[in-house]
Amino acid sequence: MTTAAVATATRAMRRPARSRSLKAWYRNGTLVAGLVIVGLLVLAAIFAPLITHYDPIKQDLQNALLSPSADHWLGTDKYGRDVYTRLVYGARVDLRIGFLAVLIPFVVGSVAGALAGYFGGWGDTIVMRIVDVFFAFPFYVLVIVLVFVFGSGEKSIYLAIAAVSWVAYAKIMRGELLVAKKQDYVVAARLGGMSHGRILLRHITPNVLSQALIYAMSDIVLDILAIVTLGYLGLGIAPPTAEWGSMILDGQEFITTFWLQATIPGLAVVVTSLGLSLLGDGLSDLLSPERRK
Amino acid sequence: MLDRFRFVPIRLLQSIPVVIGVTIVVFFMVHLLPGNPALTILGQTATPERVAALNTQLGLDKPLWDQYFIFVGRLLHGDLGDSLTYQRPVFDLVAQAVPITLSLLAYALVLSLAISVPLAALAATAPGRVRDGLVRVFTLLGQGMPQFWVGIMLILLLSVKLGAFPVGGYGQTPAEHPYYLFLPALTLAIAMSPTTIRSLRASTINVLGADYVGTARSKGAAGVSLFRGHVLRNAAIPTVSIIGVNLGYLVGGSLVIEKVFAIPGLGSLMINAIFARDFPTIQAVALFVALFVIAVGILTDVVYTLIDPRVDLSSKERA
Repeated sequence: MTTAAVATATRAMRRPARSRSLKAWYRNGTLVAGLVIVGLLVLAAIFAPLITHYDPIKQDLQNALLSPSADHWLGTDKYGRDVYTRLVYGARVDLRIGFLAVLIPFVVGSVAGALAGYFGGWGDTIVMRIVDVFFAFPFYVLVIVLVFVFGSGEKSIYLAIAAVSWVAYAKIMRGELLVAKKQDYVVAARLGGMSHGRILLRHITPNVLSQALIYAMSDIVLDILAIVTLGYLGLGIAPPTAEWGSMILDGQEFITTFWLQATIPGLAVVVTSLGLSLLGDGLSDLLSPERRK
Repeated sequence: MLDRFRFVPIRLLQSIPVVIGVTIVVFFMVHLLPGNPALTILGQTATPERVAALNTQLGLDKPLWDQYFIFVGRLLHGDLGDSLTYQRPVFDLVAQAVPITLSLLAYALVLSLAISVPLAALAATAPGRVRDGLVRVFTLLGQGMPQFWVGIMLILLLSVKLGAFPVGGYGQTPAEHPYYLFLPALTLAIAMSPTTIRSLRASTINVLGADYVGTARSKGAAGVSLFRGHVLRNAAIPTVSIIGVNLGYLVGGSLVIEKVFAIPGLGSLMINAIFARDFPTIQAVALFVALFVIAVGILTDVVYTLIDPRVDLSSKERA
C-alpha cells in the first residue's frame, strides 16, 4: 500500500466517527433543551422593550400592589411597577453580568493553571499555594467582602467574582496539563523542535480546553446565584434597576399577602440555572463523551 | 492502626503556608479600600482627630510590613481588635456567634444526609428509570435555586401558610433551638444535597455491580439490609470527600441564610458589620471561616481513613 492509500484508508476509517459526533448534537436531548431554555431567555432579555410596553423603573403609586390581571400579568409591586416587565428587564442585568463575569476568571485562571501545569517548578508551587489560600475562603464570604471593599456596582461585581473564581479554572487546567504534557503528541512536538508557546497554543489548548468550558457553564450558574444573592443582601446592583435578587428582597416584605412578588423572580433564577446546567451537561456529553458516567 | 494517622501532623504542617496566606489576604482587605481606610470607615463627616485615632488603632500610620507583623502578633494572642460598632473585643463577638453557626451547620449536615441517602438509593437501584429521572430533576433544581430564596419559600409554605414553624429567630431556651433552627437547616440541607446525591448515586451504582454484592444477594440479602450491611459504607467513601468540600461552600451559604432567618450567628455578624463598615469584625469572621474550612479539609481525611481501612494517606505522604 502506498502512503497515499494508507492516508485515504485512515481518513475513510475516521470519517464516520467524526460525522456522527457532529450530527449527534441535535439528537442530544439535554443539550437541545438547555439551548432552547437559555436561547429563549436571552431573546427575551434582548427584545425586552418589544415584549412589554411598561417602564421597568417609573413609579405609579396609584396602581401599587395590584393582583395579576390582563393588564398586569404578574401584578404590580409596591411602587406600582409591572412585575412581569421588571422580570424581563431583570434578565438583561442578571444574564449580562452572569455571562460577562465568567470571562476574566476563565482566561486568567486557565492561563495561570496551564502555565503552572506545563512548566512546573517554582511557578507551579507558588500558583498552587495561592489557589489553596483562595480555596480556604468560602465563595460568598470573599465575594461579599470584596464587593464591599470595591464599592457596590457592576464593576465591583466583575472584579470580586474574577478575584475569587479564577482559582477553579487554574486547578482544572493545571490537572489537564499535567496529563497532556506526557502524551505522545506533545512529546513528539517537543522532539520536532517546536517552541513551548506553539505547543501550548496550537497543540495542547485545543485538546484540554473542553474541561474548562464545561466548568464555565456551571460557573455562570454560580455567578448568577452570587449576583442575585448580592442583590438580595443590598450589596449588588443598586435600585431602582430591575434585578431579580433585589426584586426578591422587595417581595419578601409582602410574603404574607402578595407572595408572588418574592416567588416569581426566584423561579426566573431557577429556570435560568436549569437551562445552563442542561447546556453544560449536554456540552460535556458532546465534548468528552468518554468521561461521562 | 495509629500508623495510618501519621499524615495528620504532616497535613497540619503543610497547612501552615495556607494559613499564613489567609492572614495576608485578611490583612490586606483593609488596604484594598480606596483612599484612607480610616476616613472611608468613619465617613466623610469624621473629625480629623477621630481619623487620626482610628489610624493609630488600626496601626495605619506604620509601614505596611510592620503593620502586618503587628497584626499577626496580635492574632497569636487571640487579639482581633475591637469592634468599631460595639466597642468590644471582636474575639468575644465571634466566640458568641460560632456555636450558633456550627450547630446550624451540623443540623444541616444531618438533614442533608437524611435527604440524600434515600434519594441516592432510589436513583441508583433503577438507573435510567422514572424515579432516577425524578431524582435528577431534584438535583438540577436544587443546584439552581438561590439558597436564600429556598429559605423564603420554606417560610412561605411552612410558616406563613401552615404555621408549623417560626418565621425566624433562634429561640430563647436550648430546647427551642432545634425547633427554630429547623427551617434554616433544611434550607442549607436542600442546597447541599444535590452534589451529595450525585456522588452517592454514582458510587452506589458502582458498588451494586461488585462481586461481593452479588454474593450477598445470592445468600439472601435484599432491600434495606443489603444496603445497610454491604452497600452503604463502601458507597459512602468517595462521598465523604465531596461532603467535606461542600461543607466549606455551605459555610458561605449559611452566612446568607442566617440573614434570611435572623439567626444571630457569624453570618448576621458579618453582614451587619459590612453595613456598619466595622472592619475588624469583618476581618475576624473571614479569618475564622477560612481556618474552619482548612480544619474541615484535614478532618475529612481523618474520617476517610476511619471508614475505609484500605486508605493509607500516611504512606502516600511518605512516598
